[in-house]
Amino acid sequence: MSNPISMLFGKSPIKPLQEHMSLVTSCAAELADFLAAAIAGDWPTAETHYDSICVLENKADDIKRELRLRMPKSLFMPVSRSDLLELLTVQDNIANRARDIAGLMLGRRMGVPQPAQEDMRRLVGAAIAVTRQALKIINELDELLEAGFIGREVDLVEALIHELDEKERQADILERTMRHKLYAIEKDYPPLDMMFLYDIIDKVGGLANRARRVGGRLQTLVAR
Amino acid sequence: MTLFAEYGQILIILACIFGFFMAWGVGANDVANAMGTSVGSKALTIKQAILIAMIFEFLGAYLAGGAVTATIRSGIIDAGTMAEMPHYLVYGMLSALLAAGIWLLIASIMGWPVSTTHSIVGAIVGFAAVGIGPEFVQWDKLTHIVASWVVSPLVAGVIAFALFRSVQYLILNTDDPFAKAKRYIPVYMFAVGFLISMVTVVKGLKYVLADSGIVVSMGQATLFSLLIGTVTALVGIYFLSRVQRNPEREKNNRFYSVEKVFAVLMVFTACSMAFAHGSNDVANAVGPLAAIVGVVKSGAVTNTTAMPNWILLLGAIGIVVGLGTYGFKVMATIGKKITELTPSRGFAAELGAASTVVLASATGIPVSTTHTLVGAVLGVGLARGIAALNLRVIGTIFISWLVTLPAGAGLAILFFFFFKGLFG
Repeated sequence: MSNPISMLFGKSPIKPLQEHMSLVTSCAAELADFLAAAIAGDWPTAETHYDSICVLENKADDIKRELRLRMPKSLFMPVSRSDLLELLTVQDNIANRARDIAGLMLGRRMGVPQPAQEDMRRLVGAAIAVTRQALKIINELDELLEAGFIGREVDLVEALIHELDEKERQADILERTMRHKLYAIEKDYPPLDMMFLYDIIDKVGGLANRARRVGGRLQTLVAR
Repeated sequence: MTLFAEYGQILIILACIFGFFMAWGVGANDVANAMGTSVGSKALTIKQAILIAMIFEFLGAYLAGGAVTATIRSGIIDAGTMAEMPHYLVYGMLSALLAAGIWLLIASIMGWPVSTTHSIVGAIVGFAAVGIGPEFVQWDKLTHIVASWVVSPLVAGVIAFALFRSVQYLILNTDDPFAKAKRYIPVYMFAVGFLISMVTVVKGLKYVLADSGIVVSMGQATLFSLLIGTVTALVGIYFLSRVQRNPEREKNNRFYSVEKVFAVLMVFTACSMAFAHGSNDVANAVGPLAAIVGVVKSGAVTNTTAMPNWILLLGAIGIVVGLGTYGFKVMATIGKKITELTPSRGFAAELGAASTVVLASATGIPVSTTHTLVGAVLGVGLARGIAALNLRVIGTIFISWLVTLPAGAGLAILFFFFFKGLFG
């Protein structure tokens, strides 16, 4: 039965958005174990990690599709609808990135030269840390709504975003160090492998960058 | 008139049946709308909501429903000019009740969001303008009423917006929202008690005490209302003192315990909502009935005869029965659909709507409680308080206005000529 009061209330997009980000973060976090297996040359294990990345990415995709479908233009929200959809896309890109990285490394059976292994681990760890921080921020969305997107809650989120930027800068530095390391030793390895490894480094940096953009998007969302 | 001597009993019995049917419809649909917000935000269980509705709908109808009843009864039709043909007024009011009742039934089967108030007003205007003559309708008064249907949701929206903003500044956006909530919420409770008793004493009671000759001065009314407001706040403080923090749940949501405090406030605003609704919507069923009984008993059209209390009682019982037989289902449906509404917002919406409706009741203007509540919720939404609101509902409400007035009118005209042919 349709009734004006029950018709009036739409489903909140916030919970699904948070679930989506949580899946995306698990997706990215899986890269650490994947990398460990890849460095060890244990491809069967790496493949299971790749598979779970794909499963998580698919789940995130489902939420994304459902959320888009039920955000019609007639929905009146405290935040702009286009900003919200944009945020969703940015979040989704993180998962896509994680899958691409694992997919490429698995497909080419790519290892990491011994001297650069530790730097690679730290770089991936830093990128994951940025993603985790982004999740922490997204999890503040319901509290932001409760406070009506003003005041202390906004300041708190601003501080978290500041932290996020800081974490991304660290990832950036690690990316540069990694490149330098690789540059110094690249002549000792097959050039094609090195080219692809540069590509992977670039992609991991991109993942951290996308996670940072979650914070930026949220900022515009709150500011309206 | 011989007609009334011959058929008087039958006419009154018919009027009672139609009036009761109408009241049943109000209870089954409108009350559920008014109380659904409290159920949805989990401030009340369905059983508690029904209990509160039963008590406060009745109180509202009895203590503050007089002015709107008078409007429905003799404010839309220029009853003074109908002294020549009292039987037409009787047929007309019977048709209006029947038309509005049937239209509401059709609408709820089809699932259209139709307002009881609009149906009955449309029906009364319909039979008067077409069945008797357009000059018998008080068009200026009608214009006021129709204008109030646009204004009341707006006013409720503004009040709800302001209430929610005050909550943001006083409570939510502070160091210790829980402590601030406990400190400031009794003020809102005081406002609830003060507003309702003020409207009741100043505007409503004169219909109840019409026979006794008791006159209450403005000063006495204010003093009395201050007292009632204080008592309300004290009762509230007692219940608030039993709310404890829940650190476990606060880990997930820092505002968990604060919302628990607001849930107590929402019990009070739910009472005010039921009271407001009773004071305005019971008239839809009782007003025409009062007009019929008045004419048949006295044999003439009079504005002055006091309304017998049993008529109000009949209306109130009809509402309670409607609530008990069908309204609880509607309430459950609404409750399930609006779980996103937390008590801190629900209270602002309810109080915004309730105060608007109570003020409309005091001035004798029949408004739609449901539409007013929709306006109030949108007001909270404008203060960025609600995650997602479906604006299509505004279009639906607008269409329901456009459809309900002619539909109620058309049916009433049909029944009017039927009764005219039947009784002569």
